[in-house]
Amino acid sequence: MAMKVYGDGMSACVARVLLCLHEKETEFELVPVDLFACHHKLPSFLSMNPFGQVPVLQDDDLTLFESRAITAYIAEKHKDKGTDLTRHADAKEAAIVKLWSEVESHHFNPAISAVIHQLIVVPLQGQTPDAAIVEENLEKLGKVLDVYEERLGKTKYLTGDSYTLADLHHVPYTYYFMKTSHAGLINDRPNVKAWWEDLCSRPAFLKVSPGLTVAPVTN
Amino acid sequence: MVVKLYGQVTAVCPQRVLLCFLEKEIEFEIVHVDLDTLEQKKPEHLLRQPFGQVPAIEDGDFKLFESRAIARYYATKYLDQGTNLLGKSLEHRAIVDQWADVEAHYFNVLAFPIVLNLLIKPRLGEACDVVLVEELKVKLEVVLDIYENRLGSNRFLAGDEFTMADLTHMPAMGYLMRTDVNRMVKARVNMNRWWEEITARPAWKKLMKMAGF
Repeated sequence: MAMKVYGDGMSACVARVLLCLHEKETEFELVPVDLFACHHKLPSFLSMNPFGQVPVLQDDDLTLFESRAITAYIAEKHKDKGTDLTRHADAKEAAIVKLWSEVESHHFNPAISAVIHQLIVVPLQGQTPDAAIVEENLEKLGKVLDVYEERLGKTKYLTGDSYTLADLHHVPYTYYFMKTSHAGLINDRPNVKAWWEDLCSRPAFLKVSPGLTVAPVTN
Repeated sequence: MVVKLYGQVTAVCPQRVLLCFLEKEIEFEIVHVDLDTLEQKKPEHLLRQPFGQVPAIEDGDFKLFESRAIARYYATKYLDQGTNLLGKSLEHRAIVDQWADVEAHYFNVLAFPIVLNLLIKPRLGEACDVVLVEELKVKLEVVLDIYENRLGSNRFLAGDEFTMADLTHMPAMGYLMRTDVNRMVKARVNMNRWWEEITARPAWKKLMKMAGF
């Protein structure tokens, strides 16, 4: 039976899982969850993820939430096919993949997701973006990207010569970010820009990006 | 040659790694990086950790930062030594990862700024953001209700055994329990039971002694 992913392709966290499934050439079924109607807050959904967020993965008896735990599971289960996303054959390389995945999780994601939340989600809720929050997080994001610029001057991808989960996890929010008027933070850093353009050339990206349909207000 | 951990023994993220070392019975050496004088922002440390934070490790030629990545590496490298922190099957490992990610994305985002404002800022002579702390506590109550429910049907977060999912919470939780937030944990029967059980572990007691508590 194919894995089921509960969610909507426009959600960045769902897209993170879909990218992984495509990179691992794994069949799956996307079970729609109507986010605008808040179906992810209903008791039937909360029984799968008590935090009321998408995505949720079901694989036979296993129900899993947290997109990065899901990608790690898929990458491990299907480690012998598709793209080697975890460098599992070498413990030290695998640790470097985990290191830059943690960097995405703790340094990159809080800043970029705060900007996307203000510029895309808040207007969808009929509210006005908070310019101070946007500015504060753009500054934080810039500092993180300075570290990336230096790193990507030495390596093609974040962990070395190969594309891994550490790169993949960045893709959905960066895709949305590039739709905003702040894309210069990426484009003005040559190594980061080249890395981003490479990530966008991957077949898995071309399958998932059409689902990332929401757009920011011009700000 | 033993692994060197660059950090401060009282800081939350180095403690996450130290606790892993103690649970796995791994020998280590702490190289003190003084956070009070912002040593972590100086060029020498930035070469080890470009974001200017602790911890970082050096193990011969191998260097790593991000406490959760370090803990994961050593828990894997020494899988058959000390406590198995990762889980016993592919599915169990996924559940361990899930609740470890919950710590990072739901718990730490609230716990860290609470600890920063209630414990760290006063020590440095800075003002506590009282309004922020109250907002964070309201959000933390909601998150702790989910933990309470989880721990009602599971002895530990990922099931019957103590794993990385529990360990990763302990340093920040240890500091939260030194603030009035401890009432939130004590008021929840399952959380209280879980906290008392995991803090009775020898590795935690050794860590607390090392940190001067």
